[in-house]
Amino acid sequence: MDRIRAIEVGVGLFVAAGLAALFVLAMQVSNLSAMSNDQGYEVVARFENVGGLKVRSPVSVGGVRVGRVSAIDFDNETFEAVVRMNIGNQYAAFPTDTSARIFTAGLLGEQYIALEPGGAEEVLKAGDQIQLTQSALVLEQIIGQFLFSKASEGSNTGGSDK
Amino acid sequence: MIGWLQQLGRTGLGVFERLGRGHLFLAQILASLPSLLTRPRLVIVQVHSVGVLSLVIILVSGLFVGMVLGLQGYNTLVDFGAEESLGVVVALSLVRELGPVVAALLFAGRAGSALTAEIGLMKATEQLSGMEMMAVDPIKRVIAPRFLAGFLSMPLLAAIFSAVGVMGGYFVGVGLLGVDSGAYWSQMQDKVDLHEDIYNGVIKSIVFGFVATWIAVFEGHDAVPTAEGVSRATTRTVVHTALAVLALDFVLTALMFGEV
Repeated sequence: MDRIRAIEVGVGLFVAAGLAALFVLAMQVSNLSAMSNDQGYEVVARFENVGGLKVRSPVSVGGVRVGRVSAIDFDNETFEAVVRMNIGNQYAAFPTDTSARIFTAGLLGEQYIALEPGGAEEVLKAGDQIQLTQSALVLEQIIGQFLFSKASEGSNTGGSDK
Repeated sequence: MIGWLQQLGRTGLGVFERLGRGHLFLAQILASLPSLLTRPRLVIVQVHSVGVLSLVIILVSGLFVGMVLGLQGYNTLVDFGAEESLGVVVALSLVRELGPVVAALLFAGRAGSALTAEIGLMKATEQLSGMEMMAVDPIKRVIAPRFLAGFLSMPLLAAIFSAVGVMGGYFVGVGLLGVDSGAYWSQMQDKVDLHEDIYNGVIKSIVFGFVATWIAVFEGHDAVPTAEGVSRATTRTVVHTALAVLALDFVLTALMFGEV
């Protein structure tokens, strides 16, 4: 009887482990959940264009990760992207004139928010908005601008030759 | 020339005969599955010997496969400065392909061969005939519970394999090589789709479980009832399951992911 019970317990554990693995795959690996349980305070920044920024993307200062993006929304009135980021409580001394920019890690890498502290006396608190922002660089735009400036340069030199 | 043709024809007929017997046998098993509802304990004991006892090999292999994927993926991705995508590489390879396929191959080696040997030996020692003499249907009593147990265990084993592999990739990528932990998970969650990837992986593992267990119980039941016959049947189980799983994997992948 004890052997039967051991077998049944083993099977029960096996089935539970299998279902738990499926659950982990569904919740943790796939796009089903995007919850964050980071302890910290939230600040808001508005960008014209967030490019490929995603929820849970890193927020870093001088290359050190201080928090994560917790939500990306769209403001219907100003037509801007509203990015909420969760910054760890131990990094609670950013001046109010801190600026936020969206950078790309490497050529094809993930996009992240880089904060640059300013010089103001007052400190960012939960719910505050970062005023100075710079949008993500979109490669097509840069190439377009480059071609445009090249073209205008070409016509300028052409004009001066005459 | 005629003799050679005759040999070829005989071989072909033999193959078709075995295929036909296999399908008739499968029909018999499926027909006797409902009778298991009244005796679930038979299945539980088999899930133990087929699934629970395969757990160790699945856990260890899953961990190491995930760790190797983490290392190799990192070495390739770091050249492009895209090592944050390591999570995607590890998770997609595991969930779509390696989880179901490698788990099925290990399952064939660990559980399928044991099933064949057990059933073949029962046949060789005339236990199956003895059951028939006592008006106990050996298919209902012996084969069907083993078939159902393998069929149920395989998706669970594949899921455990994939989950452990993702942890192994995390351990190597984040723990040893210094990929950002948030990027590992966030890119993974961004790219891995519940329906497209995980459900399809589960469907694959269900199909593989069905085929692997079917081959194992059929080879056992169809074995020549001698020591040599049982050993040949066991070898055939592993070889045929590996071939069937790999070929089916291509077909399923083409159906699921390819626009062929």
